Amino acid sequence: MRVPLTVNGTTSEIDVEPRITLLDALRDLLGLKGTHTGCEHGVCGACTVLADGAAVRSCLMLAVQCDGIAITTIEGLAPGPGELDVVQDAFCETHGLQCGYCTPGMILAASGLLAKNDDPTDHEIRDALSGNICRCTGYGQIIEAVALAARRLRQNNLRPALDDAG
Amino acid sequence: MKPAPFDYFRPVSIGEACAFLAANPEARVLAGGQTLIPMLAMRLARPSALVDVTRMRELTGIDLAGDTLRIGAATTQAEALDSALVAREAPLLRLALSNVGHPPTRVRGTIGGSIAHADPSAEIALAATILGASIVYRDGDEEIRFEPVDFFIGPTITTAPPSGLLTHVAFPRRPKGRVGAGFREIAARRGDYAVASAGAQVVLHGDGTCASIALGVGGVGDVPVNVDLSELDGTPFAFDRVAGVVAAALADLECVGDLHATASYRRRAAIQLAMQAIGDAHAVAMEDAA
Repeated sequence: MRVPLTVNGTTSEIDVEPRITLLDALRDLLGLKGTHTGCEHGVCGACTVLADGAAVRSCLMLAVQCDGIAITTIEGLAPGPGELDVVQDAFCETHGLQCGYCTPGMILAASGLLAKNDDPTDHEIRDALSGNICRCTGYGQIIEAVALAARRLRQNNLRPALDDAG
Repeated sequence: MKPAPFDYFRPVSIGEACAFLAANPEARVLAGGQTLIPMLAMRLARPSALVDVTRMRELTGIDLAGDTLRIGAATTQAEALDSALVAREAPLLRLALSNVGHPPTRVRGTIGGSIAHADPSAEIALAATILGASIVYRDGDEEIRFEPVDFFIGPTITTAPPSGLLTHVAFPRRPKGRVGAGFREIAARRGDYAVASAGAQVVLHGDGTCASIALGVGGVGDVPVNVDLSELDGTPFAFDRVAGVVAAALADLECVGDLHATASYRRRAAIQLAMQAIGDAHAVAMEDAA
């Protein structure tokens, strides 16, 4: 089936079997390897992307379901080459990653939360990341990273689009 | 972990979906896909075709219809969780929804998909059972309504018609009186499948006596279980007395044992969770002025 897939603002027509997940289409057809393949059955959260601004698991969507939905992957967050998004920067600063395998999913799950709520409580951060498994950090610094990113987002005026995304 | 091949069909109307399902007995309905797609990946399910109803307008939306709160089958769990109507009319459902999966799965997962799948630990099915919601299918031109106790008959087994399409679930509106809800669950990780769960809705008269206590437990056996506490109706709410009635009602509860918990652990957990849920619900009801 031919499907127009809109990823990080660019629409391209792909030709896929219905059984191909969004995850596999992103990685294998569009070459966007930043979306990581983990469990492939919705448990680990490594493949999290944004669909119309909300965090979803790309292994649990079929590519043929995605026409008309704006997908954002980790490659689409940074404002420019060599730069980092506020959330990515916060993960670096608080050492919110070690091996990095879960990190794109963590960052997009956090971005989904912060798009709706730029002043989350500790409980809200934990709830938003509850579906993402990390085997290195013990989560403490990840929670810190999201809290730091939230603080910076509240304090800056760079992303007024946040108000619209919620 | 890749699904076997299948065809993909996205109908625009209930009639079109029903016609396709009738003509293709091996086809399955795809709603949010948060359970079905893992089953496809593990090849536990190998349908000939998927009928994608996620964008079918007739199946989405939350509104009041007479004395019920009507939730379209393809309404996402996230929409229902954020709905002011659900919070007001079915507070127990709202509490249950916050335990369903994780935020990213609730964005796609649907109310109807969870009901139709009928996992024994599913919170939405438990809430529907406790509140006595109607589960409404369309099969061809026929509308078929099920009560949860007749609908859920085994683990992921229901009495749904094979070529039917779940169109909506109708929850009773908020009862008169002072209403409180409670929902408690034990799972390996927040949002995972419940080892045991319990939900309660307590309705009090103005003077604090019980009008009714609706209680159910999930995750322990093959289906969500409704617990009859009608002997407490009209009595003053006394925690010890309620605890005695609940313990007696659940003493012979059929529970399954597996890797995660033994049957006896599940039974003890169910009783504790039931009392916690009733305690939470009573505390909320006491604060409810209406």
